[in-house]
Amino acid sequence: MLKAPINKIIDHSLVDGIGNRSAIFFQGCNISCKYCHNPETQKLCNHCQFCVAKCPVGALMVVEGQVAWDSWACIKCDTCIHVCPNDSSPKVTEMTVDEVFDRIAKNLPFIRGITVSGGECSLYTPFLQELFGKCKSIGITCLMDCNGTIPLWNNPVMEVCDGIMLDVKAWSDQCFRNLTGADNEVVKQNLRQLSNRNKLEELRIVCLEDYVDAEDTIKGIADYVSEQTRENVLLKLIRFRHFGVKGELKEAASPTYEYMEKLKQIALENGFGNVRIV
Amino acid sequence: MENVTTTQETYEILTSRRLTYQQKIIQLAKQAENSLDVLNIPEKFSKYFETRALCDMNEGNAPYRPRYVMVDYQRFLMQGSEFLKIAPPNTLDEAIFALLTLYYHVPSITTMPVYLGNLDVLLDPFIVGLSDEAVKTKFKLFLNYIDRTIADGYCHANLGPEDLRATRLLLECEQELQNAVPNFTMKYEVGVTPDDLMEKAILCALTCANPAIANHKAHKDTYWDYGVSSCYNVLPLRGGSYILSRVVIPRLAKMAESTEQFLNEILPEALQGLGEYMDERIRFLVEESGFFQSSFLVKEGLIERENFTGMFGIAGLCDGVNYLLRDSGKRYGNDPEADDLAEQILKIISDFVATYPAKYCEVSGGHYYLHAQAGLSTDIGVTSGIRIVVGDEPESIYDHLRHSARLHKYFPTGCSDIFPFEGTAKNNPAAVLDIIKGAFSIGDKYIAIYQSDGDLVRITGYLAKRSDIEKYDNGEVVLQDTVQNGSTNYKLNRLDERKVRSHA
Repeated sequence: MLKAPINKIIDHSLVDGIGNRSAIFFQGCNISCKYCHNPETQKLCNHCQFCVAKCPVGALMVVEGQVAWDSWACIKCDTCIHVCPNDSSPKVTEMTVDEVFDRIAKNLPFIRGITVSGGECSLYTPFLQELFGKCKSIGITCLMDCNGTIPLWNNPVMEVCDGIMLDVKAWSDQCFRNLTGADNEVVKQNLRQLSNRNKLEELRIVCLEDYVDAEDTIKGIADYVSEQTRENVLLKLIRFRHFGVKGELKEAASPTYEYMEKLKQIALENGFGNVRIV
Repeated sequence: MENVTTTQETYEILTSRRLTYQQKIIQLAKQAENSLDVLNIPEKFSKYFETRALCDMNEGNAPYRPRYVMVDYQRFLMQGSEFLKIAPPNTLDEAIFALLTLYYHVPSITTMPVYLGNLDVLLDPFIVGLSDEAVKTKFKLFLNYIDRTIADGYCHANLGPEDLRATRLLLECEQELQNAVPNFTMKYEVGVTPDDLMEKAILCALTCANPAIANHKAHKDTYWDYGVSSCYNVLPLRGGSYILSRVVIPRLAKMAESTEQFLNEILPEALQGLGEYMDERIRFLVEESGFFQSSFLVKEGLIERENFTGMFGIAGLCDGVNYLLRDSGKRYGNDPEADDLAEQILKIISDFVATYPAKYCEVSGGHYYLHAQAGLSTDIGVTSGIRIVVGDEPESIYDHLRHSARLHKYFPTGCSDIFPFEGTAKNNPAAVLDIIKGAFSIGDKYIAIYQSDGDLVRITGYLAKRSDIEKYDNGEVVLQDTVQNGSTNYKLNRLDERKVRSHA
């Protein structure tokens, strides 16, 4: 059976799509955003063992050359994450589709669905296809929270995925590359194709002046998506916050509320019907 | 000796700087009532009353009006009132005037009405042809008048379960006004109440702690019809509850030498004592006080003696179980053995109440009905009804709700839970609705929610403003008498430490 590295599962989430959902965070990402607020989900553990001796409660150990994590002994102080030289975490569990599904199924009848996130969940579409199929059988919905750099519109996972929450990030190639280290041609294709298929659940821009061309991104999205998407799909304008961020933006200031309101106004003027500042 | 104390107390009430004139009158009336000695108190009750394991809820020595009166306001609006010289109203103004006039004359244990009716159903016929704006202006005056004159957090109005224009407009007014009075219950049934109306109600609750949500499907067949009053008392319409007396489980447990003795001797004897005591209070109220023989509410059919029941209350199940299991350290809400013992205790109480004959309780099949009593301001170490003590709440809200659902089924006259949510829930009221739907589908009966850092806070079931509690604590006079109770209760029960339900 397929396995995937799972960073964590939140049984009760108010912030991962409409309704009460269980959120599953996969480990590993194909890009590295400067403003990433959980950079420890970007890379898989390379078992360098640097963290093992730093754990204050001995919840980390080496078993056959690999770092092993004792979730019962762990006090969730995150020291291991802070000292990791590899932007990773030793607190990751390889789980089978059934293991993830069984955990989620326990949350019925309180959830209406699941949201998979990361890291980058679209790195694991065969796993997701199987997981979503099982979720469908018990009548709950499945959303993917993605960076859009992997083609999805033609991926068979879309047959069982109810919607994509797409983090568009930036619009110009230069801006996107500076922010993430990758290019955004596929993101734009996903945007257009998923909009045409009515598979967009939420659109998102993390706003930070000088780093993100938010105004162009709003206009670009408006240009790429259908009228139906523009009017109905939630556009979240997220005010950058430095919590959890490593690297050059570690202590960067949040944009002003005036700036956020200005962006919201631009979004409304460009035909978005459901805009929220977060 | 007793008279000296009473005189001193009377003097203190009369000269108090912290009570309004109205609050003084109410407390002085209580002094007069308590100077009487007219009840034949059963011996078995007295034995347990000494330790306050059985409790009369400080209702007074001579019951002269029912504790909770659930007037049939619909009937009143149809027929008007001969006694009040009010014709059946034709316009919204006339309907509001008629209701406000009648409220003034509805008694209860607090002297003020604890039930105002299903306001949306009552007022919806009168708003046809009026603009939303015009209706909301009138609704707000109506609600503010209630807030400033009834001024009692136990005063309660109902909404739903049907989706009426008045339901939505009342919710909008409530959200804008942020009043502590009246409390609102939204009756909710999947398939009857639409999701978007519930999301509006939840958003309102996260803004101003009102309305709380009642499981309509679970309650609607309890009597011929019901209303929710005060701190979540589910009672027969056109009637109510004569009295509420309670057994305080932890105090009773402390009188036992062992769990076995508690279950087999102490508890059954105390239950018998409480039943007999309730019989006596109700006998006096029905046969001697003259209430049912003289009230115009009875004469005009707005209440009927046959629609009253007696509420047999339980408080502190959690603390009682934790006390009995103190040596093992097993905790109510967290350990299967503790929860099994809790259910065993409940079954004993429930079986007793279901077989104990209660005169004058026709509407509840000739028996008293169980109630999860939410607490008194003076209680220490007594958690509301069957709730889990603050600090012991399960990590998972789902486990918490499953625990509640398991035990709520024993309580026809009301049983509730309170959950503070983080402000982020306002962006996703559908998520809170999902949780409520799930809870109600497994038998949970009643859920109150509020935003963890808002001004309005739920005490046991009623609301108080944190800002008012601060004023009262600083020695200032405040309008609402529930602030006085709330001030004590908030601290004794560490309500500021309730587990906040966030996104993780």
